[in-house]
Amino acid sequence: MGQTIAEKILAAHCDRETVRPGEFINARVDLVLASELSGIVALREFERFANARIFDPRKVVFVFDHFTPNKDIDSAEIVRECREFALRTGIRYYDVGRVGIQHVLLPEQGLVSPGDIVAGADSHTCTYGALGAFGTGVGSTDAAAAMALGEIWLKVPPSTKIIFRGRLRPWVSGKDLALYAIGRIGVDGARYQALEFAGEVIEGLDMAGRLTMANMAIEAGAKTGLIAPDATTTEFVRRAGGRTDRLFTSDPDADYAAVYEWDVSDLEPQVAAPFLPENTQDAAGMGDIDIHQVVIGMCTNGNLADLRQAAHVLKGRKTHPRVRTIIIPGSQAVYLAAVREGLVETFIEAECVVSTPTCGPCLGGHMGVLASGERCVSTSNRNFRGRMGHIQSEVYLASPAVAAASAISGHISSPTELGIAESDDWGVAALSGAGEVAHG
Amino acid sequence: MAKPLGRLQGRAWKFGDHIDTDAIIPARHCNTADPARLAEHCMEDADPSFAGRVAPGDIVVAGINFGCGSSREVAPIALQASGVAGVVAVSFARIFFRNAINLGLPIFECPAAATAIADGDTVAIEPASGVIHDLTTGATYQAEPFPEFLLQLMALGGLHSYVQARLAAHE
Repeated sequence: MGQTIAEKILAAHCDRETVRPGEFINARVDLVLASELSGIVALREFERFANARIFDPRKVVFVFDHFTPNKDIDSAEIVRECREFALRTGIRYYDVGRVGIQHVLLPEQGLVSPGDIVAGADSHTCTYGALGAFGTGVGSTDAAAAMALGEIWLKVPPSTKIIFRGRLRPWVSGKDLALYAIGRIGVDGARYQALEFAGEVIEGLDMAGRLTMANMAIEAGAKTGLIAPDATTTEFVRRAGGRTDRLFTSDPDADYAAVYEWDVSDLEPQVAAPFLPENTQDAAGMGDIDIHQVVIGMCTNGNLADLRQAAHVLKGRKTHPRVRTIIIPGSQAVYLAAVREGLVETFIEAECVVSTPTCGPCLGGHMGVLASGERCVSTSNRNFRGRMGHIQSEVYLASPAVAAASAISGHISSPTELGIAESDDWGVAALSGAGEVAHG
Repeated sequence: MAKPLGRLQGRAWKFGDHIDTDAIIPARHCNTADPARLAEHCMEDADPSFAGRVAPGDIVVAGINFGCGSSREVAPIALQASGVAGVVAVSFARIFFRNAINLGLPIFECPAAATAIADGDTVAIEPASGVIHDLTTGATYQAEPFPEFLLQLMALGGLHSYVQARLAAHE
């Protein structure tokens, strides 16, 4: 019996030839990750251990991305304590000016490589599956334990594979594929499982699209979302300065809990309506839903290719007078590239604001909190009740293209409905990486 | 350090499916890690009256996928700090499941109990055996047993004690 990518990575991290779903293992970790919100709980837990040392300071990273630049005094105190811990222990940390949103920043900085296990005290750590790494969200006590031991306990997950066949229509992106998949299998459709994305559609996706898909795996309940590394992956990883010596792919005779095979040639841009990511429908035809805010970027769609997509829609147009449009690049490098390419100029001329990288609005933290009765189209990953602010506000999840088109029309729209064509130029540019940001 | 968990007994607080960690503790209150402050807002977006009415020993009873969404460990911390003695659900999201085990918050996967127990019922649970009694109706249920590895982890008192034991063994 062959093995899946997930099983191969886990076996390689506990000195085993093979592992089987359901087994409990202690796996070595290549990277332990926390934000300031999870880091504060993790470091206090770590400091309760008698005689603990960080197992390898190069393999622990704190990224202060949630409520930064500090939104209030409490947040400032949390970041200060995390920063002091990082300075005291010598772990890597990213603070304002260097910080990006974790799941855009770490791949870009070459801190995640194919074949790695990343234990992140952030649920969207599953994003690194796009690189063929086993990234998985854990809690703060898990992170503290991993910081001390260099290991985490894991139950080997069964794998579910989704094979995407066909050729994508204009304006259909990795985000639409992810939303469609969650709509089909449900928000707990891959609970406790490794979710593998495969097929010629995935092979044709650029890294930005793949990162978006893996990012959303948790929204189907998955432990990680994996894509087999290929030439697109290795080119991206090499440029970022990562390693490409552990490229695991699933064996043809690997065992899956479920295999879905979908032809997505007719798929239209998708929107997930409140209050679950599984409430998906076609963006076209939702037209009478007035919106008040649009957020483009975040960890789900904060790469340069995502911003290019939004800019292509917004170029030469103005956002609707009722709509506040907030653009959030995923990292400083993405931001700088967006400035140099003129994307930021396009956004400002369209009357959007462009923010420093932060998770802020996605979780109703800061930089775009919603009032009661307000609706937002967001390229983030969650539309739970009250997620972006008031309990009586609503979030609709969509791609950067749909979010940008909605910002222009003032209601949920696909670019095609507004008569905006997806140019070949944009397509070519977007296919050349998660953003050709300057590495080094 | 490790002590066998005694019988849990309290009022059932019934919730629906897919109760996410934003509902358990909204991010707007996550600018602190102080359990007492977190407890003031526990379950605020699912039932605003919960934090003011929950009593020590009470049991949360929920539907499928309890604790989905954010990995925030302050969610089980808030539940513990507000006095919740245990959670019974049809199913748990995996990160919440890990966090609860790691922290020593007793959780029980039991679709029959989670479906049948009504809000306000008095519930008693034998953690070691996973037997759940609805004292209001007289019904008894059996929760899914924990795998051996997790039983050992829980017997040690959670992940903290486990790590401490491992660190001591390395010295």
